[in-house]
Amino acid sequence: MKITRPPRFGAFAKLFGLLLALTMVAAACASADTVVTNVADEAAEETDEAMEDEEAMEDDAMEDDAMEDEEAMEDVEPAVEEAATAVEEAVADELVIVSMSPSATEMLFAIGAGDLVVAVDNNSNFPPEAPTDEALTSFPVNVEGIVGYGPTHVVSSGPIEGLAEVGIENVILPFAATFDDTYTQIEQLGALTGNVGEAGELVGQIQTDIAAIVDATEAPEGLTYYHELDNTFFSSTSSTFVGQVYSLFGLENIADAADPDGESFGFPQLTEEFLITADPDLIFLADTICCGQTAETVAARPGWESLSAVTNGNVVELNDDIASRWGPRIVDYTQAIADALSEVEVAAAS
Amino acid sequence: MNARPASIRFSWVVGGVAFVLGSIAVALVVGPTSIDRTGVIVESFDAALPFTFESNLADQQVSIVRNLRLPRVTLGLLVGSSLAVSGATFQGIFRNPLADPYLLGVAAGGGLGATIAFTNGLGDGIGAFDPVQIFAFAGALSAVFLAWIMGSAAVTRSSNSGLLSNTSRSATTLVLAGVAIASFYSALQTYLQQRNTQDLRQVYNWLLGGLNTSGWDEVSLLFPVALISIAILASTGRILDVLAVGDEEATMLGMSVTRTRLFLIVVASLLTASAVAVSGLIAFVGLIIPHTVRLLFGSSYRIIVPMSIFVGAGFLVLSDLLARTALSPTELPIGVVTAFFGAPFFVVILRTSIK
Repeated sequence: MKITRPPRFGAFAKLFGLLLALTMVAAACASADTVVTNVADEAAEETDEAMEDEEAMEDDAMEDDAMEDEEAMEDVEPAVEEAATAVEEAVADELVIVSMSPSATEMLFAIGAGDLVVAVDNNSNFPPEAPTDEALTSFPVNVEGIVGYGPTHVVSSGPIEGLAEVGIENVILPFAATFDDTYTQIEQLGALTGNVGEAGELVGQIQTDIAAIVDATEAPEGLTYYHELDNTFFSSTSSTFVGQVYSLFGLENIADAADPDGESFGFPQLTEEFLITADPDLIFLADTICCGQTAETVAARPGWESLSAVTNGNVVELNDDIASRWGPRIVDYTQAIADALSEVEVAAAS
Repeated sequence: MNARPASIRFSWVVGGVAFVLGSIAVALVVGPTSIDRTGVIVESFDAALPFTFESNLADQQVSIVRNLRLPRVTLGLLVGSSLAVSGATFQGIFRNPLADPYLLGVAAGGGLGATIAFTNGLGDGIGAFDPVQIFAFAGALSAVFLAWIMGSAAVTRSSNSGLLSNTSRSATTLVLAGVAIASFYSALQTYLQQRNTQDLRQVYNWLLGGLNTSGWDEVSLLFPVALISIAILASTGRILDVLAVGDEEATMLGMSVTRTRLFLIVVASLLTASAVAVSGLIAFVGLIIPHTVRLLFGSSYRIIVPMSIFVGAGFLVLSDLLARTALSPTELPIGVVTAFFGAPFFVVILRTSIK
């Protein structure tokens, strides 16, 4: 029996290979530094609660009465104030909410329903008091992690399979296309949590604030802009929620050329050459967090140094989260754009 | 059956060069922006040659030609020829028609490396130094290295009693080790990606591959490696032809099969890893181009390897042209183009050559 050793690898080379492999594995583990919190223990006790809470489902009828949105019920009884408060308390006692949508999390806390929220998904990083659980991921969705909190209701932006089977209601608040969608969703959450009054006030406040900001801003006519979602030039058209904010100020979106009839998916990846040729007056960076882009990195891109937005200092750095969520912070988003526009005027005047 | 020559014909080389030059010219003058064609050509000569040519283009158009189109076309040439010639080499080394440059885990390794960089917040490189490229390159090479170590360790332990010769066994074991390593790396990569959903978009974009954000920095990284590696691989057609008759026969002809194979794997993997580092995972090119060449010109590797360089380069430049113009101003992922247009074309060639 002959044993041959085809490769002439020394022990040193093998050691090197092993080290290299270990480094890769170690690096992989290091970047997954989020520790899966042990929800199993809490699960045991909380499922018991969930059982008792089944009557909460029956209260849905009551909640639905309070609903004011378009798919709402036939006749909304104008409830007496004390009765409304009684309902609110009754509902509030039995609701246990998990939010799997960062926008919904912000809405829930803004309407004063934060105390009903036991856990929010890993991307819900606002407001600071939101009980973020890094193990609650949406891709892939961690159903057992959700169930472990014993919720009666799970709020998400898309349907979550498997919740209905364990008697949990999945409240779906999809990606908003317009401001009105935001208002409807806030009111829907208000009805769900018995915070109808707060939800109505919040919607009114948002509408007033946005109107005030738009009124106070005198944007120069006919400015064009490019809204950057990442550093491979994904953008959003005016038909999206993101683009609507700019339309308030009469800005023209260069990405609309990618979707002239507004019928296709509103988030095209633009070619760099088109961007350079379109030469937008303003560049809004919604990739400052995800992709570390700044006015400086944009100016350093080959071929971008002579763009009007770069030479005039009109590259605006936005907060990715604020510029992508359709919650109450759309006011902040609108304000950020208004601020940028008033600086454009200064630049033009000087 | 028509006799096919075993060596390359001069006319084919001329044709190959013409195809590449034609692709370059078309890709330079056509784009989402309409620019005066003569001006583009003049400006390109000015950029490429040590003489001065005056074009009549506006500053912005000059910038588009010099900063966007020229580097993109150049990188397309380099990546296309690198993947095609590596694919041809791998098919020869393993005598396996399904072999492609990603066979030994380069793709999975590159993907894992890039994902590690993105999830650690290193995805924002400026200028020539981009951690993502370095991580992707290191990851790709580590996968091949591990596959080689594992594959050869398995062969060393087994006896030489079967029907297969030891070296043939080594080739098969190596491929299987590559598959295992690729799966393992993919598992790590997916795990990391799912633990860091905030980086999902960047990771996903990288995995899709493309030349849409590339500039001269990427070209200058790939160029030296590509030049040397392609020159080496281009001259190994004869060696691959000897390997093609079988390991035992090659050994009898005086070739050290294992060492030759190792040398070719190292060169082809270095080349593929470099291409992957600057352009992500562009599928299909490394598998189909060598086959297309084989069906069009002949089955000798003295033909396949050099002609793959030309055909691969031209094909990727034209694919990228479609990627940036077909739905302008929207960009198409280049993998969509290479597969959507390449696959039917390949089937046509397959049918006509079988007749």
